[in-house]
Amino acid sequence: MLLIKCPFCGPRDETEFRCGGQSHITRPGPHDVVADAEWGAYLYTRENPKGWHFERWLHAGGCRQWFNMARHTVTHEIRQIYAIGEPAPTIGEGS
Amino acid sequence: MHYSAITLARNALTGHRNWGPMWKDAQPKPAYDVVIVGGGGHGLATAYYLAKNHGVKNIAVLEKAWIGGGNTGRNTTIVRSNYFLPESSAFYEFSVKLYEKLSSELNYNIMFSQRGMITLAHSRHDEETLRRSYNAMSLNGVDCEWLHPEQVFERMPLYNRGGRYPIRAGLNQPRAGSVRHDAVAWGYARAASDLGVDIIQNCEVTGFLGGDGKVTGVKTNRGEISAGKVCLSVAGHTSQIADKAGLKLPISSYALQAFVSEPVKPVFDTVVLSPATGVYLSQTDKGELVIGGALDLYPSYAQRGNFHTVEGVVAGMLEMFPAFSRLRLMRQWAGIVDVVRDSSPILGPCPVENLYLNCGFGTGGFKAIPAGGWTMAHTLATGEVHPLIKPFALDRFTTGALIDEAAAAGIAH
Repeated sequence: MLLIKCPFCGPRDETEFRCGGQSHITRPGPHDVVADAEWGAYLYTRENPKGWHFERWLHAGGCRQWFNMARHTVTHEIRQIYAIGEPAPTIGEGS
Repeated sequence: MHYSAITLARNALTGHRNWGPMWKDAQPKPAYDVVIVGGGGHGLATAYYLAKNHGVKNIAVLEKAWIGGGNTGRNTTIVRSNYFLPESSAFYEFSVKLYEKLSSELNYNIMFSQRGMITLAHSRHDEETLRRSYNAMSLNGVDCEWLHPEQVFERMPLYNRGGRYPIRAGLNQPRAGSVRHDAVAWGYARAASDLGVDIIQNCEVTGFLGGDGKVTGVKTNRGEISAGKVCLSVAGHTSQIADKAGLKLPISSYALQAFVSEPVKPVFDTVVLSPATGVYLSQTDKGELVIGGALDLYPSYAQRGNFHTVEGVVAGMLEMFPAFSRLRLMRQWAGIVDVVRDSSPILGPCPVENLYLNCGFGTGGFKAIPAGGWTMAHTLATGEVHPLIKPFALDRFTTGALIDEAAAAGIAH
């Protein structure tokens, strides 16, 4: 179970949220020169780390705002919550 | 070790101290023709069919822990082929047919109990969707029957008729059922070992030999092993291992939970799936209810699962069967499943030469073990992709020819 600190509403239970998957994916373009393989990778290929994962979350049962989260996929520890548009934080080895 | 009345009598007379191991615990050799990474059902079945159908002699199955200890030992043991699209239907139906003969094929009782599986419709919209599924199955040549509410209640008298989820209809696949999952792993392991396959446990693959878009072997915690071909059948950890070969895949790993209740007398003789409550359950021969539900909400490699999902699954089950509210859950666990966007597996070669993938089964790999093994063995041995798995190639994520089985995958992805 996660207690997620929504940057707008404060700490709430995870059932109020939806995980939107990997963050920081840039849409390739312009669309008429993007190769099929690149477009396929944009749509489907995902980072799937066993460790720190940078992902988008939606406070679906609250303020309906999106935000980013650095979360560990084994311990589920939430290290940082940051705004959409901000770069991913650096998380040191062994942390 | 093979079992018979004679071996039973002999071992009974000697105090059961001399039972031999079922398969040989092999030590790694420096080179193999085929190395299969992952000693679950798919890996062991692939090794067995490589040796049996194609006469390949020099095969190793590398397992980082013990065989059948991953998702093969963590699933809810349901076997079915009630899929929607012709490609999936052909593949899973082939698997069910192999399962039907597997006990005699392996001389090992896998306890395939074809008790049927009933998918429920609770609303008019559910009913329309289910009717579509019924038509698709009929067109695909998979036998199924449409059940009216009274026929459903006959099969499950404990169903809550006056509750929040009334029954409008049911769709039964009579040949679906449950299989003893450990027996599948052990049966394939014994049969493969008898044919000379090296099953190497506690051998974790840590990297690959080769380079320039090619693998020539694997690095393990027990030394380097060169290999003509390498096949990955590691379910939820496929991204981790493929990454070591420089391969990125369209996979996200999630935890999928299952639960077992305390054993009770026979109360439920079929398998039921309710897409609306997100719950499916069956009763084992021992009497325990085996209950499954939806995926946990976010990517995870923690094999433990989340309490909210437990709560949701139990609540859903009790809406359907209030009588089960007095049962205790004895065990709860999670396996890590490799979820792909179209809920269909990825099978066959990949851009890295000599590396083959058997992954992406997500929540439904157990039912596909014999077919996955059979078709991957064909692909590895002949170099030609087996016709049944051609549509499941990795390049469908480039061409866009997805096989969207999100609905027929049974539970929400």
